[in-house]
Amino acid sequence: MTSVIVSSPYVAPGNTLKRLMIQVIIALLPGTLAYAWFFGPGVIINIVLAVLFALAFEAGILKLRAKPVMPHLTDFSAVVAAWLFALCLPMHSPWWLVLVGIGFTMVAGKHLYGGLGFNPFNPAMVGYVVLLISFPREMTTWYLPTSVSGETLSLTDALRYSFGNVDIGQWDALSSATPLDQVKTAIGQNISISEIRSSPVFGEYGGKGWEWIACWWFIGGLWLLLTRTIRWHIPVALLGGVIGMALLFYLVNPEIYASPLFHLLSGAVVIGAFFIATDPVTAATTNMGRVVYGLLIGLLIYVIRVWGGYPDGVAFAVLLANMCVPLIDYYTQPRVYGEK
Amino acid sequence: MLKLHRFHGGLRLDGHKTESLGRGLQQASIPGRLFLPLRQHIGEYNKPMVKVGNRVLKGQVIAANPSLICAAVHAPTSGTVSAIEDYPVAHPSGQSDTCIVIDADGKDEAVEPTLVEPLKLTANEMIQQICRAGIVGLGGAAFPTSPKLSRGKANGIDTLIINGVECEPYITCDDILMRHCAAEVLRGTGYLQQILQPTRTLIGIEDNKPESIAEISKALAQTPLTNTEVIPIPTIYPSGGEKQLIQILTGKEVPHGQLAFDIGLFCQNVGTCVAITRALEKDEPLISRVVTICGDNIGEPGNWEVRLGTPISHLIELAGGYGHAAGGHLVMGGPMMGFSLSGDQVPIVKASNCIMVMREETIPHTPGYHDECIRCSKCTEVCPAQLLPQQLYWHARAKAWERTQEFHLFDCIECGCCSAVCPSQIPLVQYYRAAKSEIRTAQKAQFKSDRARIRFEFREKRLLLKKQKDEERRRLKREALQKKHAKPGAGEPASDPVQAALERVKQRKKSAQEESQ
Repeated sequence: MTSVIVSSPYVAPGNTLKRLMIQVIIALLPGTLAYAWFFGPGVIINIVLAVLFALAFEAGILKLRAKPVMPHLTDFSAVVAAWLFALCLPMHSPWWLVLVGIGFTMVAGKHLYGGLGFNPFNPAMVGYVVLLISFPREMTTWYLPTSVSGETLSLTDALRYSFGNVDIGQWDALSSATPLDQVKTAIGQNISISEIRSSPVFGEYGGKGWEWIACWWFIGGLWLLLTRTIRWHIPVALLGGVIGMALLFYLVNPEIYASPLFHLLSGAVVIGAFFIATDPVTAATTNMGRVVYGLLIGLLIYVIRVWGGYPDGVAFAVLLANMCVPLIDYYTQPRVYGEK
Repeated sequence: MLKLHRFHGGLRLDGHKTESLGRGLQQASIPGRLFLPLRQHIGEYNKPMVKVGNRVLKGQVIAANPSLICAAVHAPTSGTVSAIEDYPVAHPSGQSDTCIVIDADGKDEAVEPTLVEPLKLTANEMIQQICRAGIVGLGGAAFPTSPKLSRGKANGIDTLIINGVECEPYITCDDILMRHCAAEVLRGTGYLQQILQPTRTLIGIEDNKPESIAEISKALAQTPLTNTEVIPIPTIYPSGGEKQLIQILTGKEVPHGQLAFDIGLFCQNVGTCVAITRALEKDEPLISRVVTICGDNIGEPGNWEVRLGTPISHLIELAGGYGHAAGGHLVMGGPMMGFSLSGDQVPIVKASNCIMVMREETIPHTPGYHDECIRCSKCTEVCPAQLLPQQLYWHARAKAWERTQEFHLFDCIECGCCSAVCPSQIPLVQYYRAAKSEIRTAQKAQFKSDRARIRFEFREKRLLLKKQKDEERRRLKREALQKKHAKPGAGEPASDPVQAALERVKQRKKSAQEESQ
């Protein structure tokens, strides 16, 4: 009798990739549902399309690379990437936009670098930024929350947007710039914050609808923290960076610089802090490094929002910070046992 | 009350201790044939001191080496040496090693012991006696005890730490020893105090062993030992690692590149204490040890006092045989740091604290396939050495040996926490072990080639010098000769005799021609 030599430890694995990814998907649910509640079924259509395309791309590329297909498809990493990507899109995006974006996410963002674990850039953000630069018109046509426009799109209408031959812009009544966009434009035209706040797209603190969605992302984020899927360092540092910068400038001049709460509750700061920046593959790995990484993203978000060319800066901030990760990791190595 | 400290990371694991504790400490019978590897410790190889066909007595030295870092091997019972050959031994690589094979005669006749009063011995005499008994650390590392004691004594010891932690799941051999032989553990502790003269002694026991804590405390109250305390410590794996136990009890860290006794600390396992007691009081060498046999494929898990050299198959038979299916997966050591055995013919050695008999299905890692690292750093969170396991893995996989050393590969204690929490099920420790052995092999090769190069260069230099010397000598000789020849015909060079003869022949021919005309 000779048994196969296997390396220790011989304890059953308490943790699997699949379990981690399922935790992320669970945490995404409340925010996603809130998003759909405020902006209609287009959000869900985006997610379903993105997930299907992503699985197809993943399977195809794995086959080309002669890798086992099923184990990788069922680790759900493609689902999570696609889901996060879809959440960045304007609702009622045409199907081809989703396809192109997911193509870049899965092929260029993930597999060209060697697949899961080897990509230096957050794949969902790669896909999103490619679209943002290539299709600025489609990518900046956002719709009003249903409570503001008073129009509730039925599922069939939403599907017509995605697959039909409807020219966007034809629905001017429904589309609008996002609150962040409006603030940016207004500041450019010397209109003060308090004046634009009267616009119906603004809610109590941030954008109407947006502020509530942010709260639900926050709850999902707490779930990730409680299940120890992520650690606190990146979200706390990132939110701290945004709030710190916003507070500083708000105290200097509240008429030009929006309040910290507005920055926190508009756009993608909260989902970015808990779901996007915490992608372990592309984030820093040491505790100190994660604080630096989170802070860097937070600062960059504020800088891009206030002085950059885009209304929101989460995607660019994350990609820029991704580039710094090897450097951050190298210089934030923890003290090893027995070293002074 | 002593203030306890925390070490970084670690894991709370299911103990699985009760399964093997139910039957107390059982005496294993002596098998018909015993296999004793020449080396059962960290250090130099022993040389056989017996020949095939020799009769040996229980306790007789059968293999030894005068080197300092070494521990002799003794015959565990009386019998005849039937072979000195390679047999499979307990080694992670599954390799064979030279064993002395003894066919037991069943009489178990022992060498006549020389009894002395241990309290009257000097420290050096005690260390010598411990050396003669072939005692090594029985906690798992199997480092020879006598050189450790000599170094410890020379450095001066402030705190003696007795390790009864036994943090790894399933293993209960130290627990059972503390319950059944508490007095012997403490007498051994007393002898260590006699040698090392520490100012205080701490006996660390994990709080999942209340019986052991009670037994040791009860026995301690009946001994004259002073400044000795039993310290229950929280159950967190790997609190029984020497460096971690030191950190828990003293808050100190053993500085990088140093050993515990360099900072006045000395750790010894409870099993070693018992072995020391027996060596000093009864002149009994290390020929047996307590082994836990457990797992989900063994009839009756339990603890056995086993003669060294006993094949594991014999022990499995004693413990009720294989459970569900014959065979299964054999592991020496615990589930976290143990290693797979090539088969059940492998013998028990000094380091064998536990034999796990597992069903093949319950072994989780399928060799050859694992997911990729997603850099989640769960491994960093649990690493008691505060390393960055995922970075180490990255560099070990790329065979970037220098980088692995920059990331402190050799500070890894191979506790297995990182592998246990990895969501991608990467056998991280296996990568580190492989990297360490590659680096060590390369260093050895480097050392050899350096030595060869130095020798070659020296030889070249020597030959060149010899050549120069010879040339110099030849030159001097030539000059001397030239001087000698130059003396008689000083000035005109001597006329060539050949030329003169030719001239004469020419002359003669010429005159002959003239005559004929």
